[in-house]
Amino acid sequence: MNFITLDYTDILLASLTIAVNAGLSIATRLGLEQRLLVAAIRMVAQLTLVGLVLKALFSIASPVFTGLAIVVMILFAGREAIARQEHRFEGWWSYGLGTGSMMMAGVLVLVFGLTTQISPDPWYDPRYAIPLMGMILGNTMNGVSIGLDRILSGARSGRAAIEARLCLGETANEAFRPVVRDALRAAFIPTINGMSAAGIVSLPGMMTGQILAGADPVEAVKYQIMIIFLIGGGTGLGSFAAVLFARHRLTDVRHRLRLDRLKTP
Amino acid sequence: MVLRIRNLNRPNSGSGQPALLSPVDLDVENGTCISVTGASGSGKSVFLRAVCDLDPAEGEVSLNDLDRDHMSGPDWRTRVAYIPADSAWWHDRTGAHFSDPEAALPLITMFGLPEDALNWPVQQLSTGERQRLSLVRALVRNPEVLLLDEPTSGLDPETTTRVEGALQERLAAGVSIILVTHDAEQRKRLASEHFEMKNGQLSPLVEVGEARS
Repeated sequence: MNFITLDYTDILLASLTIAVNAGLSIATRLGLEQRLLVAAIRMVAQLTLVGLVLKALFSIASPVFTGLAIVVMILFAGREAIARQEHRFEGWWSYGLGTGSMMMAGVLVLVFGLTTQISPDPWYDPRYAIPLMGMILGNTMNGVSIGLDRILSGARSGRAAIEARLCLGETANEAFRPVVRDALRAAFIPTINGMSAAGIVSLPGMMTGQILAGADPVEAVKYQIMIIFLIGGGTGLGSFAAVLFARHRLTDVRHRLRLDRLKTP
Repeated sequence: MVLRIRNLNRPNSGSGQPALLSPVDLDVENGTCISVTGASGSGKSVFLRAVCDLDPAEGEVSLNDLDRDHMSGPDWRTRVAYIPADSAWWHDRTGAHFSDPEAALPLITMFGLPEDALNWPVQQLSTGERQRLSLVRALVRNPEVLLLDEPTSGLDPETTTRVEGALQERLAAGVSIILVTHDAEQRKRLASEHFEMKNGQLSPLVEVGEARS
């Protein structure tokens, strides 16, 4: 494959588009320029660092370091998934629940993809494992985050209805069914939207990247389709796990609603 | 044959805070009604919720010598039904809240509601209609104990009489009732024993007249 390499002047030129926006913000007194600038600098620093880390990881190709990198990615994703949640469980439950669900779903889908479809040699080759996990986790994180947010806020706002159903002798599962369904539906929407719009509204990033890097578009599309399936599967599994675990934690063995396990807002 | 409550209590999670419910010992014989009165926030609903097993509480509660810990939560709540003061609805139509709408019809007419009340949109129900329909929703399942929180607070005198009539029928059939009410007359009409809740402590009610004499 041959592709056009970029030098630092090219990157500087591209950054002018953000500078123009910052200028507009100053001119119209929007007050967004500082945030825009900080975000841009963060992005450059983070990506540069990641580039260096990936280069090192690829050159040593060690299963231990690849595994460690993936664990670190999962821990960060876990933190991000609950960072903007309005309602949370007391203690480590929210973090543990989100991270655990993502780890379970992400690792399962990653290993499945690596061992049966991409089949690099060795199967844990970081050149494939890490970018793939990045794509799976990025989407799973959104699903888990939306699902958790919905079920926790649904339990709080729907407390009277859930308890009324429990009072009529329904099980926790029955009383929670509409809230669980709503949370899962919300968690699945980005995946369904992404699949429906792929290729029409947006050209997926990975495919675009491969094409820019000189790959045959048909080959790039095949890769992208496989990745979308894996991403969708990971997001679905992660969201299911997070929402069902959360439902479990919101009730107890006596089928009582346990909002006392949520942090008081 | 009795609802037996022993040492039922709910400590407060904050240390040094007074208990939400101080230990309660109480027997409610089949076919009898006991009343509980007390100021708002005194712990009446906390008590009913603890009996119904909606909140974790310490102590023992049994029905006809069957400990509630030996049956599942849903089983217990099918037998010991709590009807809160504010009813909640989760379907669009009233009828969808009844597993067997046909069976509810006699009670619906008894409470002064038309038969098509089961087709009404929940959004358009008045307070009184909500209250009556939520009572029907629980009564139609034939619980053995009723925990009623202000069951007629939003009803006119005529409808109150109808509801009380239905409750009297249940009492005659052997159902036990714990009735939370602020209505002194209703308390006298339905209940044989009277209690008062004060700061989470349940004690026999001392009538003002009795205290003076």
